[in-house]
Amino acid sequence: MTKTTDPVAINDWQVIGRIDDFLKGQPKQTRLLGQSLVAERHKNGDIKVHEISELGETLRSCPVQEKFGHVWTTLGKPKRELFDIPEFQQIDRKYVGCGGVMVKASALRVVENFLDIGHFPYVHTDFLGSEPLTEVKDYKAEIRIDVDEVWADDISFHQDKAMLSATGGKAVEYMYRVVSPFNTVLYKTCPEKPEEWDIIGLFAQPLEENLCRVYAFMLVFDSQNTETDLIHFQQMIFFQDIIILENQLPVGVPLYDGAERSIKADKTQLQFRKWLKQKGLQFGTDQET
Amino acid sequence: MSSKPNTQKGLYLYDYILSGNCYKVRLFLSFLQLDHELIPIDFFPGFEHKQTEFLELNPLGQIPVLMDDGFVLPDAQAILVYLAAKYDSTEAWYPKDPKLQGRITQWLAFADSITGSCSAARLHDKLGFKLNIEQARKKGHQNLRLLDDHLVENKIVGKDWLVLNRPTIADIACFPYVALAEEGGISLNDYPAARSWINRFKKLPQFIVMPGIPPLHGMKNNEGKFFNQEGLCFS
Ligand SMILES: N[C@@H](CCC(=O)N[C@@H](CS)C(=O)NCC(=O)O)C(=O)O
Ligand SMILES: [Fe+2]
Repeated sequence: MTKTTDPVAINDWQVIGRIDDFLKGQPKQTRLLGQSLVAERHKNGDIKVHEISELGETLRSCPVQEKFGHVWTTLGKPKRELFDIPEFQQIDRKYVGCGGVMVKASALRVVENFLDIGHFPYVHTDFLGSEPLTEVKDYKAEIRIDVDEVWADDISFHQDKAMLSATGGKAVEYMYRVVSPFNTVLYKTCPEKPEEWDIIGLFAQPLEENLCRVYAFMLVFDSQNTETDLIHFQQMIFFQDIIILENQLPVGVPLYDGAERSIKADKTQLQFRKWLKQKGLQFGTDQET
Repeated sequence: MSSKPNTQKGLYLYDYILSGNCYKVRLFLSFLQLDHELIPIDFFPGFEHKQTEFLELNPLGQIPVLMDDGFVLPDAQAILVYLAAKYDSTEAWYPKDPKLQGRITQWLAFADSITGSCSAARLHDKLGFKLNIEQARKKGHQNLRLLDDHLVENKIVGKDWLVLNRPTIADIACFPYVALAEEGGISLNDYPAARSWINRFKKLPQFIVMPGIPPLHGMKNNEGKFFNQEGLCFS
């Protein structure tokens, strides 16, 4: 595949790796939106990113920033700043990066699956849900125009083991936030600090239309579990999703007229698709009937 | 290491949740109903198995490693043999018969070849490891062809498993990375006997799952579609 022509995807910030993935003197090649890139941390500590041709010639240099434990770049001129996740400033939270996992699916499918609480009892049985307690109470999902994000809140759900720090099954509250088309975070009841929310997020690097690398992370209050315990838990959940993600058809998220009627998507997914359509995003979507 | 056993007493497994080689030991521990504690290793993204502390346990820098009352044993196949010899009083999993033990060991060695092919392809496709993917997949298919043909021949003489008409540690050793092959882009479409064998595993008492190896009844998404082991979709 060659570099996308989709201006919406091009003119936005995209993740290309964890900060720890880039060590001095070890240039790394990667892909973004169908384009090959090389990224290298220089002696002064700065990371430089270049688009390269299939023959390896340097084409142009791309802006870079290191934020939220990850490295971000853009193939164009972003109209807005990288989104903010203010909770990264709370120093008493435990930050855990789970590393990049490749999924043979559209990055948008990964975000969409993340937003879907309906699959918990079936795919994450005994952890994030179980039959017959599959009921999801009515909740609110909306596009917030002021911040240009999709939000869903007032979600309550029965979970057997909501977080590693949870003891016993209980009703868990959730909020979802889609901060940009390929990046999303959720807020859920914090078993250890009821006045705070635990955060789980996904930054998806859209490599090709049908291939992405997904960086999961957690920002939690958890004094009981080690970082490794938390990584194992999150990776277990994510690898349960992978079989489903890699078998979804069509590969792209369907945005054509009437698509929402042919597919039983949940409310947040519907808002997400509507928002993508308003943006005119093409990469990783299916526009054909 | 996250939590080193503070006592030498007891059975511990240095474990990674996504590792098929660790899973085969977890599975056997479950079949034998042996009490044990898992010690999670940050295989990815931390590469903890390549750090000094872990290399002291296993200089090869590989998981799994078993620790039984202070006796340290790396290598999944070695662990299966050890657990069977020490804890399986029924002698069902590793019968005390020279020919059978020879035959089982043949499959234990073959299991390592499955790791070197099917597991390698999965590490490439899922965790981005740099390796020759075409070669890994090709070797994976060769191994699957051999295993599938063998299961077909066994079926003709009334055997449902690799060595006997009941599972042995030979089956356990080969099972995980065959069941996970699709995650490395190795389709199981052409290996129906292997697929039936996978399903037979899932019906065994005390069978446990791992991510990527869902239970027999499959998984259902919110569109009401079921996904089974092979990722096939049926409503
Ligand atoms: N023969 C060994 C192979 C184990 C193995 O390949 N383990 C993988 C994880 S599943 C590993 O630690 N790989 C790191 C390496 O080989 O450097 C066994 O069966 O236990
Ligand atoms: Fe999921």
